[in-house]
Formats: sequence, structure tokens, C-alpha cells
Amino acid sequence: MFSTPLYKLSIIDRPLAKGKGEVSLSAFSFLFSEMVQYCQTRVSNIGELERRLEDTGFGVGLRLLEILSFREKGSKRDIRLLDVLKFVHTSLWKYLFGHHARDLEQSNTAEDEYMISDYDLFVNKFISVPKDMGQLNCAAFVAGIVKGALEGAGFPARVTAHFVPVKGQPKPKTTILMKFDAAVLAREHRLLP
Amino acid sequence: MSSTVLTFVIVGLDDHPIFEADLVLRGEAGSRDDRTQYLHQFVLHAALDAVEDQQWQSTNMNLGVVDKFNNLQVSAFVTAAQIKFLLLHDGRSDDSIRQFFRDVHEVFLKVMMNPFFSPKAPVKSNAFHQRVRAISRSHFRS
Repeated sequence: MFSTPLYKLSIIDRPLAKGKGEVSLSAFSFLFSEMVQYCQTRVSNIGELERRLEDTGFGVGLRLLEILSFREKGSKRDIRLLDVLKFVHTSLWKYLFGHHARDLEQSNTAEDEYMISDYDLFVNKFISVPKDMGQLNCAAFVAGIVKGALEGAGFPARVTAHFVPVKGQPKPKTTILMKFDAAVLAREHRLLP
Repeated sequence: MSSTVLTFVIVGLDDHPIFEADLVLRGEAGSRDDRTQYLHQFVLHAALDAVEDQQWQSTNMNLGVVDKFNNLQVSAFVTAAQIKFLLLHDGRSDDSIRQFFRDVHEVFLKVMMNPFFSPKAPVKSNAFHQRVRAISRSHFRS
């Protein structure tokens, strides 16, 4: 007997995707470029454009948190700040970019600020930002994904993407800066073993 | 005597109730008046505070029984994205509840991966409703 083709089944009856799928860089870049252009037609300044890119990433992050936790952790959740950051740095990054993020650091000046940085995020591969757009970094989309994952897990934070020039490197690195809400830090102190 | 209370609720982001199902089989339930319905809602609502307390004390998604009211018990399950599953019952075995939550979680993931899903809006999928019923039937046959 022929089985029903997948696209005719309701989403409940379809199996969950295994997560091994890779897409071609050109297909992704084309889609991403269209997405940036689409966002750009609806904003009046750079800050808004970044926020729009972040909002687009938010839903992606929320879903990735849920599905990656299900696949990799069984039925465990992260309740400590460092565990969540480690999840973003390793699991999430590996799923998105195929490798771990290069650095995960805590800011020297503020206890509630953490940074994840990486060279050559492929979202920026074919993007060169015009001079008049200043500090725009289209990795704001990635910042949105990170924000979605953190906020979903119960660690609300302000997440922004920046270019940081590095000595001896021709290209700047991209740093995702996470500033956590005071409530998160307070809870973290309460949970101290 | 078989148990006759079995209500399943999913609470999304910011305490928005997004799904509710009365899982008692027809015929088994008898007539149910409004007053007990309100009581059940009330007990489930009160249990949310207990869940919020306990979800930061354990890394398990399954929290077991979190709250009791007379003979009513509330079991809870919190997913990675803090979507809360609550089950109001009158003393089912922990084991069957754990399996019920695990199976529902898997089905719920499929609903959640839908780009039109919002963690603050009700889940209206009829297929999901029926699947939850089927899962409940297979685990809570008393």
C-alpha cells in the first residue's frame, strides 16, 4: 500500500525534523538579503532596522531553544546563567554555524554583561555596510536568535551585535553583547549553592 | 472507584492559558456542574505560583505533584522555553503522568515549530486536541 505523502499529513502526524539538514550558502544569503531589504523598507533609521532584524530572530531562537533541548538534553532544563550561556555558545552555535563560538567572556566592567564573539559569521559574508549606515551589523538577526533563546529560558536580556576591530586581523570580529536584567542576577545570587 | 477528574492545561508565556482539555471519557464523568468546573480552574490557577517557585529548584522538566487541594492534585511539567503543562487529577500514578507529559511534549513541539505558533495565543489545532486525548487514553486507562 502507498503511504500518504508527508505534505498531506497534518503537522501533528509528520515526524519531527532530525536536524541534519544543511542549506546552501547561496540560498541562505539570497533569503537573508531579501529579509534585510524587506526590513529596510519599513524603517526610518538604523536603530529601528536593527530592532526589526532582532525581532525576526526572536521566534527562531525560542524554537531552537525548545527543539535543541529536546534533542540533546532529554527532559532537562537550564536554570543557571552559566549553563544557559554554555548552551548558546556550544549547542546553539553549532547548530547555526557548524562550530562552537570562538569566545565566551564576561565583561570586565559589569557583572551582568557577557559577550560571545566570532569571526566571519556567514550572515555577514556578502554584506558590506554603506558608510552612511554607521555601525549597523546585520548579525542583529543572530542577536535576536540569542535573545529569543535566553528569554525563552527565563533569562531576559538586552542583546546587541557589534563589530569589534581586532589588532592584526584584516576584518573586525562580531561580538554579541548580552546585558541581563537585574532580576536574573538577583535570582542567580539566590540560587548560589 | 475510578478517578473522574482529569483536566490538562497548557500555560504559555506570561501566564497566558493557551490550551485546555477535559480528558475524562464521556460516560465516566457523569454530569458535571459549573461549580466544580470553577473550582478546578481555581486550583489550577493557584498551582501556577507553586510551579514558579519550584521550576528554579530543579533542572528536570517534570516537576511531579506541585500542589494539592483536598483530594485534587496538580502535576506540572515545564519545557525548556518555560511553557507549563498542568494536569489536574485525583491521584494518578507518577509514572503514567510522566509518560503522558513526555508524549504530549513531543506532539506539542511539532505545534510549536509551526511559524504561526505564538506562545501567547491559544492552540486551536483540532488534530492536536485529538492527539492529546489519544495519549491520555493510552496512559490513563484505569
